[in-house]
Amino acid sequence: MSTISWAKRLLGKQWATLRMERGAREKNHQLYKPYSNGIIAKEPTSLEEEIQEVRRSASPRELDANGTPEFDISDILCFCRRGVESIVDDEVTKRFSAEELETWNLLTRSSAHFQHLSLRLTLLWGLGVLVRYGVLLPLRVTLAFTGVGLLVVLTTIVGFLPNRRLKNILSDKVHLMCYRICVRALTAIITYHDRENKPRNGGICVANHTSPIDVIILASDGCYAMVGQVHGGLMGIIQKAMVKACPHIWFERSEVKDRHLVAKRLSDHVKDRGKLPILIFPEGTCINNTSVMMFKKGSFEIGATVYPVAIKYDPRFGDAFWNSSKYGMVTYLLRMMSSWAIVCSVWYLPPMQRQEGEDAVHFANRVKAAIAQQGGLVDLLWDGGLKREKVKDVFKEEQQKLYSRTLVGTHKDRSRS
Amino acid sequence: MGSRASTLLREEEIEEIKKETGFSHSQITRLYSRFTSLDKGENGTLSREDFQRIPELAINPLGDRIINAFFPEGEDQVNFRGFMRTLAHFRPIEDNEKNKDPSGTEPLNSRTNKLLFAFRLYDLDRDDKISRDELLQVLRMMVGVNISDEQLGSIADRTIQEADQNGDNSISFNEFIKVLEKVDVEQKMSIRFLH
Repeated sequence: MSTISWAKRLLGKQWATLRMERGAREKNHQLYKPYSNGIIAKEPTSLEEEIQEVRRSASPRELDANGTPEFDISDILCFCRRGVESIVDDEVTKRFSAEELETWNLLTRSSAHFQHLSLRLTLLWGLGVLVRYGVLLPLRVTLAFTGVGLLVVLTTIVGFLPNRRLKNILSDKVHLMCYRICVRALTAIITYHDRENKPRNGGICVANHTSPIDVIILASDGCYAMVGQVHGGLMGIIQKAMVKACPHIWFERSEVKDRHLVAKRLSDHVKDRGKLPILIFPEGTCINNTSVMMFKKGSFEIGATVYPVAIKYDPRFGDAFWNSSKYGMVTYLLRMMSSWAIVCSVWYLPPMQRQEGEDAVHFANRVKAAIAQQGGLVDLLWDGGLKREKVKDVFKEEQQKLYSRTLVGTHKDRSRS
Repeated sequence: MGSRASTLLREEEIEEIKKETGFSHSQITRLYSRFTSLDKGENGTLSREDFQRIPELAINPLGDRIINAFFPEGEDQVNFRGFMRTLAHFRPIEDNEKNKDPSGTEPLNSRTNKLLFAFRLYDLDRDDKISRDELLQVLRMMVGVNISDEQLGSIADRTIQEADQNGDNSISFNEFIKVLEKVDVEQKMSIRFLH
């Protein structure tokens, strides 16, 4: 906190930025303490164990020898309690809204849970607003426009070059330069770890997804081939310009549904060693950076080397999560540019390959676990698509099957009678 | 810079809820936060869809019955008071409450009230009896398609036989209490709320 108040007392964005950068690096080891203030404490036992426990305490009679199913009217208690526990605190819904902070970071947007503290704090906040909106925001917006504008113009120019090798070198330089301007536009303070593991040509880079800024952060340190849907408007113009300079993979809306087509284009790309590594976010949607949700198996079926990357933002300086149901893209970017800074860490993990006899889902989970562990995130099996869709019935059927097994036992038990 | 969560919840309301349910001040504000985060329509009440959006609840075989327990007879919306009143059943029984003077109204989280909550999950028509049909319905919800009708029927018959004492082929609330007298209901039907 003292770093920020120091910074605010002096005018001049550069001084403020430098001071913030130093402060963030010093505190790096403390940055990722997960917010541990939960509402309830849950039992670590599984449902089956609990049911057996309750039955044993209720009626210690002999186990029915001839295999008749065993039901106890008390079984309902376990389901009941678990159901109410999930109403009070569940693992999934809280991943789709911004993370709660332990101490206030002087941004109104994060103040939902903090009480009004004192006049001094309000004054500090007021000063903060002046600095953020009066000084930082205009400077950053100008930089952003410069960065995007240069990207479009320069990539189009590079696109006219016929020579393959020169074109690639220039295209790399142009992309890196423009992304670095955009990074400055967001005042993103990024710490890269283990750069020797950076993705190479012919590989696929996978990372956890928190916001569109992830792309800028990764692309300012290395050159990637982007994958995405073709958009209209400004995004469309940027996409068309970029693809002139080097081969990115843009899909038409209609092509996205065709999984075979997608897989073919991706595998064709990785087979060509001259092309850049592909950047993919397998979660498919933005998650709030406290957890990693299910990875879609598509990119893991292709058989290329996977380079996992973990991205962890420090929420104290500005929350980078894009809640797309609450904010549009423009509002989101303005919020980003009017935060203190975007502070994050990027870890390049050692490359992984699918092992003999391993299926794509298992491989995807293995990669996900590595990313979650490195970034200090919770590893969840739930699908990020639950942000918008209902959970599939098959999961409920699994629960019912599990319970039925406690009633009738497994086939092995029954054959004993 | 007031906290948005508790400015919408007045102090008097918090006090009333405290008296009625026994939750502490900070627990009530945290649960209010949770209530508002579930309330997607932002109208101060929760509908059944709001509950069904919770994936862990949607896959619970008894999910629908549990959701039902939050809604008073015939209503489709539950406000924060109602929400807290239902959650209060799951508050652990503290030692200093066990010896409270029985002349006052029974606290919502007493053993009897916890059992009544569970009883009502079975007894859909609220006639204070669990009939064979009601038992079968709940059993079917819990096992899905994995057990045949005959087996399920015999489970239901055996359960009623063991519990029924007055021979009316259904389980009354008192018979229900008797069957569960050895079960540690206080622990199984309690959620450890923090702070």
